[in-house]
Amino acid sequence: MMTGAQILIESLKKEGVDLIFGYPGGVLLGVYDTIYDSDITHILPRHEQGGIHAAEGYARATGKVGVCFGTSGPGATNLVTGIANAHMDSIPLVVFTGQVATSLIGGDAFQEADIIGITRPIVKHSYMLTNVEETASVIKEAFHIARTGRPGPVVIDLPKDVMAAKAKFEWPEKVNLTGYNPTVKGHLGQIKKMLRLLESAKKPVIYMGGGVVLSEANEELVKFSEITGVPVVSSFLGLGGFPGTHENFVGWLGMHGNYASNMAVSDPDFILAIGTRFSDRSTGRLDGFAPNAKIAHIDVDPASISKNVQIEVPIVGDCKAVLKQALGEIDKFNWDKNASARKDWRDQIKAWDKEHPFDYDRTADIIKPQYVVETIYKVTEGDAIICTEVGQNQMWAGQFYKFKRPHQFISSGGLGTMGYGFPAAIGAKLGCPDKEVFDIAGDGSILMNIQELTTAVQNKVAVKVAILNNRYLGMIRQWQNMFFNDRFSHCNLECQPDFVKLAEAFGAVGMRIDRKEDVENAVRESLKIKDRPVFMDFTVDRNENVFPMIPAGASVSEMLLMKK
Amino acid sequence: MMRHTISVLVENKFGVLSRISGLFSGRGYNIESLSVNRTLDENVSIMTIVTMGDDRVVEQIIKQLRKLVNVIRVRNVSEMDHIEREMILVKVHATQRTRPDVFNIVSTFRGKTVDITNESVVIELTGANDKILAFLNVMEPYGIIEVVRTGAIAIGRGSKMTSEMK
Repeated sequence: MMTGAQILIESLKKEGVDLIFGYPGGVLLGVYDTIYDSDITHILPRHEQGGIHAAEGYARATGKVGVCFGTSGPGATNLVTGIANAHMDSIPLVVFTGQVATSLIGGDAFQEADIIGITRPIVKHSYMLTNVEETASVIKEAFHIARTGRPGPVVIDLPKDVMAAKAKFEWPEKVNLTGYNPTVKGHLGQIKKMLRLLESAKKPVIYMGGGVVLSEANEELVKFSEITGVPVVSSFLGLGGFPGTHENFVGWLGMHGNYASNMAVSDPDFILAIGTRFSDRSTGRLDGFAPNAKIAHIDVDPASISKNVQIEVPIVGDCKAVLKQALGEIDKFNWDKNASARKDWRDQIKAWDKEHPFDYDRTADIIKPQYVVETIYKVTEGDAIICTEVGQNQMWAGQFYKFKRPHQFISSGGLGTMGYGFPAAIGAKLGCPDKEVFDIAGDGSILMNIQELTTAVQNKVAVKVAILNNRYLGMIRQWQNMFFNDRFSHCNLECQPDFVKLAEAFGAVGMRIDRKEDVENAVRESLKIKDRPVFMDFTVDRNENVFPMIPAGASVSEMLLMKK
Repeated sequence: MMRHTISVLVENKFGVLSRISGLFSGRGYNIESLSVNRTLDENVSIMTIVTMGDDRVVEQIIKQLRKLVNVIRVRNVSEMDHIEREMILVKVHATQRTRPDVFNIVSTFRGKTVDITNESVVIELTGANDKILAFLNVMEPYGIIEVVRTGAIAIGRGSKMTSEMK
């Protein structure tokens, strides 16, 4: 016989979990007593939000399921932002929350919160464990649900008495869920229909999203694009799913994506969308989004198909599996059918890109934030894992770093969570200790989970944080500049800590860089530090805006470009 | 905007109703009525949900319902040959003078009078949505005091189970 807590830890081992993030608390003391004896590595964040974002960073960098713990009440509510974030960006997580004893539930006990109710709209699924004998099967189901289909967060609420009760540990062979059976392989007839439309298209484009990264369909997609000669446009979260330096790669579309990508989706005759959900930040106003195109859509989540944009050829299935099936049929089609029209189309896209590439004033004496990102790209040879905070820093990271592979770019896309990048970088580095991991940060966001410096120092996590310090909430300032007549309401961050001293106070390395000629050297120096986090505080141009920009609710034709 | 009747077979588990009602409120879909009870299998419940929406909205509702792990089957029974019923209890003003008229109408609609006082009667009536509406319409002039409705339930015609019908 084992306690519920022991069964829990044994089940985690069965699932291959070797790293968990968690913060103890009253009702979790029994579980923590069991963790004390276990050989699973446990990382103590300094705030539950930091813990769950670290679990997300770990999951995104490794492709495994992230695991975190928080106690009942405030411990659980502090996890809510991370759960919502994982839900929006389809990150596989299993989140354990403490709960008061079943006999006390509903009585407003100390540190009681109805976390199942609170998180209901932002989970893939959730469980309240009420019977110790179900512990192992619930955990097995939770991991299965989190990682299969369209991945997402699963919450398991652990009442104190259930964790203390005893049962026999029996690891179920199989998961048996009548109502959950995601489609993996696509319908062959639909795949052929898609290929036929693609074959006869004159201006086709592939629009890929985060689903390609999640299902690691990158190799299949490269092959598919090379054989068919179709250019590839990515969503923001798709970055890394197709090599950024490949000649078929056009860039990323959306509010701050490049001109060529947005033009490519504004009037193609065929779009093959793969693992993407047509978010408003990607498409802009829908009536300006490919009004004359036929669209085929591969997605593992049927509800993402025809949700925002009407789809002619829906293909439900895993991106990798469906692309494999498509590659199996690909020789039966003639990809030279419209060779000259296709070539004109590709030339047109290249011309657009030449006309308006991602750019900034490279002659400025002052440090431009884009220059910092570009320098990190150069010094790391495009191989680092890049995490971001949210706002201008995030957009510049996407614009000036070219990603090679899936799981290399970690950013809060759907929810837009400030304070995400730094703990996510800690999780990513713990999952991929051989990779350099950078957090490209703003001076606003970095303060939102600054306490995790201690976590990084304690565990010798050598992440590099590049603060693009403009002493503003930069994206807020940009919108107030562009749309609110320069009425800079509450975006001024002139009162801020000395980030160098702050890093040092935590036991990390701090550097301040205020001259352009020192930028590259600082980044190179940071790579020499292997046992501690490094904070690089770059004093950048305060007034730099992110361009191009498609204002919210506008269409591609209203794109604002950088003033030359 | 069309009226759709959706039949949802769910696992009879803690919190399933709130997952479904929350899905409707969270995504801005309306629920005209919802009725739920156990099936022959005590581990499974069936919900009949009546909602309003155009085809695209109803398609999304059905897809979102199917995404819920506790949901076993979803059928838009409005698209199939089906029988739909709702029961109402109506309290209507009826004095000695108007009572015969009221009884007449009740019997035309094949309802039942289940309570009588000097001023009022309570009528029980079962039928499809249009019949219920027609009845309430006719009762209106007499003075309806109160209406309590069960919400619609639906079943497919023929020998197959509703959840297995195409």
